[in-house]
Amino acid sequence: MMIHTRHSRTRTQSGEMLEPMVADEHRALTIMVRMAAGDQKQVRRSDAPQDTAEAKAASNIKERGETLKEDLDRIIDEIDEVLEENAEEFVKNYVQRGGE
Amino acid sequence: MAIPKILGTETEYGIIGRHDPDFDPISRTLLLINSYQCEMPPPSLWDYTQEALRFDPQAMSFDDIYDTPDQLDSLSINKVLENGARYYLDHAHPEYATPECANIRDVVCYEKAGDRILDRSRTAAEQVLMDGQQILLYKNNSDHKGNSYGYHENYLLDRSTPFRLIVEQFTPFIVSRQIFCGAGKVGAENNTLSTAYQISQRADFFETEVGLDTMVKRPLINTRDEPHASREKYRRLHVIVGDANMSEYALYLKLGTSALVLAMIEDEFLPRTFTLRDPVATLKAISRDLTCQKPVQLDDGSTISPIALQWEYWAAAERYCATFPVEPWGQDVLRKWAYVLYQLEQEPLSLARELDWVIKWQLLISYMDRYGCAWDSAQITLLDLQYHDIRRDKGLYYVLERRGDVERIVTDAEIDRAVDEPPDDTRAYLRGMCLKKFRPQVFSVNWDSLAFNLDEGEIRRIALDDPLQGTKAQVATAIEAATSAAELLAMLSET
Repeated sequence: MMIHTRHSRTRTQSGEMLEPMVADEHRALTIMVRMAAGDQKQVRRSDAPQDTAEAKAASNIKERGETLKEDLDRIIDEIDEVLEENAEEFVKNYVQRGGE
Repeated sequence: MAIPKILGTETEYGIIGRHDPDFDPISRTLLLINSYQCEMPPPSLWDYTQEALRFDPQAMSFDDIYDTPDQLDSLSINKVLENGARYYLDHAHPEYATPECANIRDVVCYEKAGDRILDRSRTAAEQVLMDGQQILLYKNNSDHKGNSYGYHENYLLDRSTPFRLIVEQFTPFIVSRQIFCGAGKVGAENNTLSTAYQISQRADFFETEVGLDTMVKRPLINTRDEPHASREKYRRLHVIVGDANMSEYALYLKLGTSALVLAMIEDEFLPRTFTLRDPVATLKAISRDLTCQKPVQLDDGSTISPIALQWEYWAAAERYCATFPVEPWGQDVLRKWAYVLYQLEQEPLSLARELDWVIKWQLLISYMDRYGCAWDSAQITLLDLQYHDIRRDKGLYYVLERRGDVERIVTDAEIDRAVDEPPDDTRAYLRGMCLKKFRPQVFSVNWDSLAFNLDEGEIRRIALDDPLQGTKAQVATAIEAATSAAELLAMLSET
């Protein structure tokens, strides 16, 4: 079968950033998304790569990151077009009776 | 050997009015239901005679709180659809129950068809509303103010499987499966530990491990025992702990993995029971762990991460599928299940095309990043809400779907077919086709019965105790040949 059972308890890099403090947790997550979204400052951390393979990999990551960032930008633009007006009031008025 | 997993789902939709100061959810829901296909001849009654009693295997007692509506009410609050589904008022919400399906993809089609049926009703209902008044519908489970409405799955089980075994072995699975089937929610409710964003919409509302209630003291395992089929042979496990999904991928995995685990329980195949020390608290803790890796406490003092716990069930299911002749969807579910567990371990955000809670999470963080708003801002709550709007031009999930930014399981054509046609391979076929061909003579309907008003004024009721009774293969010829309900009944009684 393709992937074997894993019991790894080690946390991922992202996992290590996540501590119980809600504010910290979400600050860390925002950084993660910025990284995923190709935030320039994050990508440039790998500045001055030592050899060409590394440089190429870094530029690929940068390209992919930029594409994702552009995609997310376009998504947010589209969402802005359909989003209900007056968020405050809309959210306040969304009240349901319990069901089931 | 485990019985075929016949299954279906029930979705309660959130409902609000716009520019509608006297909005009342009940009357607006009735308007919705009665606006759908209102050109059809008078509808059939929903037959409540089989639903009068509910037996609680825990308390070993009957529950008689169930009110049966009279015939007039029954007609206005229920609509049985030609695709075999039931569309009705439940408390103060519109609810849609899929027909019984014999495979996982079909349930995805029929559940998604429900969103379209509700959306068509909305469009039709707005024709009769005052200028500018609107009805908005949401496929979610919380209003962010402490009120929850349900999403329920139903799985047909072998009656001989001890209920104790289901409670023991299914509980750790459903507590941890949210890591791939949670719908994501901003904030916390119901006096639970505060958090900015969590995996599940429903976790905050569960308060006990086993019980009959669905509206208060909600249990992880619901004991409602209403098989809608032969009580001797079957149990219908009513799973109330799940979130309603927008993502087809998450929905497919939720149903597929659960059906595999239940088949293993029926066959007593699971090698080890992982008993959680506190399942209710663990449900909430996992919902708040966006890494899905923080260890949870087991009863024997050891700990395990939610992902590792799911890998245990996966490994057993992989052996199970290699050992038993499982249904064709089994291997596909195994592959997708392994994929999401592997990706969750590497980087949850890599599943921003597949899983609702991750899709929404990425959306919210990107939005906050652009506009600098906070988790507790009205804009972010609005985004959370509008992700679940079922309008295909306004719902944020559907914006992403239209852009090709989410993984699909079924096609639009398959969903459209499921709006109008019943599934071929369960008794829903007979129900749907009788409504198509003999609607004026269909007197009443329930999941496990059909009653006809014959020409002489006689009511003839047929029982459908087995969900695999009345399939296309069994009855299509008779339905085709019959020119009246009486003829159909005569032909069916010969076979």
